[in-house]
Amino acid sequence: MDIPLSGTFQKRKLPHLAMRSAGLTYIILMIVVPLIVILQDGFREGVSELIRQISLPIAKHAIVLTLWTSALMTLINAVMGLITTYVIVRFSFPGKRLLNALIDLPLAIPTLVTGVMLVMLYGPQEAIGGFLSQKISLDIIFAPPGIVISLLFISFPFVVRNIQPVLQELDLTQEDAAATLGASPWKIFWKVVFPSLFLPLLSGSLLSFSRAVGEFGAVVIVAGNIPLKTQTAAVYVLGAVESENRLGASAVSILLVAIALLVLFIANKLHQRWGVKQ
Amino acid sequence: MGAWLLIGLVILYMGFLLIAPITALIKGAFEDGINPVLGSIRSEAFLKSLLLSVEIAVLVVGVQTIFGTLTAWVIVRHDFRGKGILNNVIDIPFAISPVVVGYMLLLLFGRNGFLSPVLEALNVKVAFAVPGMCLATLFVCLPFMIREMIPVIKGLDRQQELAAATLGANAWVNFWQIIFPQLKSALIYGMTLTLARALGEFGAVLIIGGGIQGRTETATLYIFRCLEERQFVQAYTMSIILGLFSVLIVVLADRIKHKVKFAD
Repeated sequence: MDIPLSGTFQKRKLPHLAMRSAGLTYIILMIVVPLIVILQDGFREGVSELIRQISLPIAKHAIVLTLWTSALMTLINAVMGLITTYVIVRFSFPGKRLLNALIDLPLAIPTLVTGVMLVMLYGPQEAIGGFLSQKISLDIIFAPPGIVISLLFISFPFVVRNIQPVLQELDLTQEDAAATLGASPWKIFWKVVFPSLFLPLLSGSLLSFSRAVGEFGAVVIVAGNIPLKTQTAAVYVLGAVESENRLGASAVSILLVAIALLVLFIANKLHQRWGVKQ
Repeated sequence: MGAWLLIGLVILYMGFLLIAPITALIKGAFEDGINPVLGSIRSEAFLKSLLLSVEIAVLVVGVQTIFGTLTAWVIVRHDFRGKGILNNVIDIPFAISPVVVGYMLLLLFGRNGFLSPVLEALNVKVAFAVPGMCLATLFVCLPFMIREMIPVIKGLDRQQELAAATLGANAWVNFWQIIFPQLKSALIYGMTLTLARALGEFGAVLIIGGGIQGRTETATLYIFRCLEERQFVQAYTMSIILGLFSVLIVVLADRIKHKVKFAD
């Protein structure tokens, strides 16, 4: 039942208006103004200069590295996130509650600390890192695999927390019916369960991608800051700011913002489509 | 059989991804016993940076609690043009790189920045100073409180409010007696999330604050400097403290969430 907001509530026009202005002003000052400023600065020398800045070899390498490591992470995260959620929702086993609580850990741990932890685990002087480096000549730290692992760490919750509520709400009778009719568990998963999880999975994956493209703290520690080798786009912006290369910093920043907003927009649209947007 | 294979795979994956790095950090910090760890905690730069982080985080949590709740309220209860856009704008800080956040603020408040004439006239320093770092942290933490409060405000029982109003309760009484008790647990949950995020912020405060030792060095910037100066025990110790704190916050938030679930 919907109760119209009449009488007492609507008579107080002034506090109502004051509240709304305060909320709007807060958002506009905090988010919209900085965004406008960076757009204004990046386009000051025209679009061609912006494109030229992005296509400079060091900038371009940083952007390409960022995009492919983020994409690879998103792929792994989607598959492993799906399996993790399925296991946590559908099976019961000792330690399940602990596992469920652990999922949120990456949201709380500072990303810089994540980077430090990974260097201590996979660094060339450490046991595991040294072993991998010598035996199969696989370098993790100061190399792309380290970037992918650190991105996996920080984005782990996004996919899981996006599918979990949908899987929990899923009607079990359909699956039971399919099983009664002789469908194999594998077939039931793909034909009955997966279709309902597809949109949340896609939107969660997109969210983790947009988060990964901008990641800085973990990556700067794990990948180092080697131009044309392990420098990602966010780390490039830091270098550009420090060397007062304002055009370069603004151009790559705008590209990062554009990618992030585009992906976020698509993810939000998908979210609305399956209709559980809170 | 298939089920146990999947369970094993997930445990292995989470162990490799989440637990192994944490173990490595703890093991590495205590490699030479507990004394170097205790020694680094006692250093002045260590305590000062930790204190600055806590101060900024507390301020940000305070501002966010008030304005975040207010904004969530406006989004749920008020109708106005552009509300849909506003609802999307709120998520932007989730997606924007912290480095870009710091840089945007630098363009606004830095030397030759858009607001530098105003700041000079007022004689306020924002860039490479604590106010700028507070703004940067506010930006990155902005969505947490609002996103936490929106569903709860949506779910409020309006009949109670109307009943109270009919019985003569003014807005103030209505808020504290009727609305606030229903929002309390979501408020605490949102505050813990904001606190964790604020304490861990690094990229944005590095650029806007500059990480000047003794002045704009937060706990994360302290770790970064120690790593560069190869003072590893100090870096690891601070990492453990920040990490432990985060774990504590997650456990606490988890408890609150479960309590709410059972109360429903």
